[in-house]
Amino acid sequence: MTDSNTPLVELKDISISFGGIKAVDHVSVDLYPGEVVGLLGHNGAGKSTLIKCLSGAYQKDAGEILINGHSADIQNPRDARDYNIETIYQTLALADNLDAASNLFLGRELTTAAGLVDDAAMEAETRKIMGRLNPNFQKFSAPVSALSGGQRQSVAIARAVYFNAKILIMDEPTAALGPQETQMVAELIQELKKQDLGIFLIDHDVHQVKQLCDRAAVMKNGKLVGVVKVDEVSTDDILAMIIAGKKPAHLAA
Amino acid sequence: MTDTTQPPTATDDKSGPIARFIRQTEIDTRLLGMLGALAAIWIGFHVYGAVVNGFGAFLTPRNLWNLSVQTSSIGIMATGMVLVIVTRHIDLSVGSVLGFCAIIMGVMQVNILPGILGLGHPLIWIIAIATGLFFGACIGAFQGFLIAYGKIPAFIVTLGGLLVWRGAAFLVARGETISPVDETFALLGGGPYGAIGGVGSWIVGILGVAAVLGLIVFGRRQRKTFGIAQRPVWADGFLATVGCGAVIGAVLLVNSYPWPRGIVRRYAAAEGIEIPPEGLFISHGFAIPVLILVGVAICMTVLMTRTRFGRYVYAIGGNPEAAELAGINVRFMTVKIFALMGFLTGLSAVVASARLGSATNALGTLDELYVIAAAVIGGTSLAGGVGTIYGAILGALVMQSLQTGMVLIGFDAAIQQVVVGSVLVLAVFLDILYRRNSK
Ligand SMILES: Nc1ncnc2c1ncn2[C@@H]1O[C@H](COP(=O)(O)OP(=O)(O)O)[C@@H](O)[C@H]1O
Ligand SMILES: [Mg+2]
Repeated sequence: MTDSNTPLVELKDISISFGGIKAVDHVSVDLYPGEVVGLLGHNGAGKSTLIKCLSGAYQKDAGEILINGHSADIQNPRDARDYNIETIYQTLALADNLDAASNLFLGRELTTAAGLVDDAAMEAETRKIMGRLNPNFQKFSAPVSALSGGQRQSVAIARAVYFNAKILIMDEPTAALGPQETQMVAELIQELKKQDLGIFLIDHDVHQVKQLCDRAAVMKNGKLVGVVKVDEVSTDDILAMIIAGKKPAHLAA
Repeated sequence: MTDTTQPPTATDDKSGPIARFIRQTEIDTRLLGMLGALAAIWIGFHVYGAVVNGFGAFLTPRNLWNLSVQTSSIGIMATGMVLVIVTRHIDLSVGSVLGFCAIIMGVMQVNILPGILGLGHPLIWIIAIATGLFFGACIGAFQGFLIAYGKIPAFIVTLGGLLVWRGAAFLVARGETISPVDETFALLGGGPYGAIGGVGSWIVGILGVAAVLGLIVFGRRQRKTFGIAQRPVWADGFLATVGCGAVIGAVLLVNSYPWPRGIVRRYAAAEGIEIPPEGLFISHGFAIPVLILVGVAICMTVLMTRTRFGRYVYAIGGNPEAAELAGINVRFMTVKIFALMGFLTGLSAVVASARLGSATNALGTLDELYVIAAAVIGGTSLAGGVGTIYGAILGALVMQSLQTGMVLIGFDAAIQQVVVGSVLVLAVFLDILYRRNSK
């Protein structure tokens, strides 16, 4: 059992640069079980890059990642999956030519006793989880290129949720969704929170962040502006942090 | 998360009988199109020959049997090229690698092994083939390594390979033709002795029919287990009939092509059989290279559709970044794909040099173009992510049919080139139209 005082994830002093650009510059954030931490900032602030260091898509140049208090070596996405980290990427990371089930199980296919991929079993499982997440979803045999933006997003969400993640990273998960679907994602996040998952949520909607998150971390130009408890600040405070790149004076203490 | 798709039944009444037939049998319309094109080519050449030359030579057991043998070498490589092109690469070196592997096998069985094992030793052909396949796979793996880990575009690596391996083939044998190949080895190229005869062909045919029926029954059971809608019984019955009919038809065809009289006479003399006055009818049956192609096709189809490896090939082609993020080791996959391509090229070298009865360093010249054309005509998209094994083999058959047909009706080489080149472009254009309309 993990002690609730030990963070599920600690990102310590993470830095990564591309060419001359410091995309993430000495950023530290942590995440506790059952907590949702929002990541906010302008486009290009380095939010996606930061979480990609955790999901194994990028290798950090410097810094340390601790999981349950132990130093974690995450070299690639396979390593991240071994730590039960699941990610919904901003780009969704779907293979357009494959159907929903093949995408959901990509890299973790169910196989028959003979070691062959078990498409029927995977489709059945996909029907089950989609029945929960998006009951109207019917296009199980079509390649995902034939799906609408919202449907594609729900496939990516299903993939992240299906494999019993302990740490969930959601990079703008509602970008392609309408208001009703966004509401369903909000409910899903509440439900996963109750199951003690830790969630990093990248979202542009400050109101949504205030509603769903426990804490919000604001980034600007690769640097961490600050981490605040959303209950202790107003949306204007958060907006000020995003725009000005520093904590408002009354919070700075 | 709502979704506005109508249930599929809503459109049922509106579609015509043909559309409904195709949907319920779940036949790939592209497959139908290719079979239609093939039928048009075959009948076209036959009728042209009948009208212009007074003799339709195309639709004869002799020609179709030869066509099947000629298709084998390109067809084997085309199955590998599907994987290469699906993952957004290209392999321009296969023709040269084929020549190199053929020379290596020739040197092994003519110059090296007889000195060690003694002339005619039964292991010679086996060791020679193993060496050729090994070299093919290693060359492919090496080129794949340069592409995946060296980040050199496949076009450049294999363009270099096109020159390197052709030159290397020349250097190994100093440009000499190496012959004759081992007797058992020669059987793998076809010819009267390199075919399995009437009885053998019926055994293959029965296995084929059993496989068709088994697949359909298994499919129904799978769908039942997982509650997926069944095809109507008549549709499965139709597929079973067509499948079994095609297998039996092929057996009847290859069995109706007899050995030439001279060979029958020699065979009868050797075996001490008396030839009756009306002559002795000995069927060729399926040629061994064709059976090799069928074996390759089955293995490659299973690989591509039923294994993780195949799933990853398609995923990499669809979105390499997503494949990487899903934990697939894309670079190592690339090495394996090119190694497999090289292995199949080695196998193709066996068939090609066995058929020729010798190894020359020019063997396989221009094959890369026919192999790529076969894969592309067969529906493999150069944009990646899409392609089937059966399509590539049908593509190889279309290419070879055109070539053979033009030789039969007496077109010269220049016209053949013009036609084959035009057909390639036309086929890709039709494919683009097809994809646009099926969106
Ligand atoms: N693979 C990459 N190569 C080069 N630059 C990159 C790469 N990924 C991100 N960047 C740069 O890093 C910065 C942060 O980008 P990103 O993390 O996507 O921002 P956000 O998600 O906050 O909008 C941007 O300046 C972007 O151009
Ligand atoms: Mg981003």
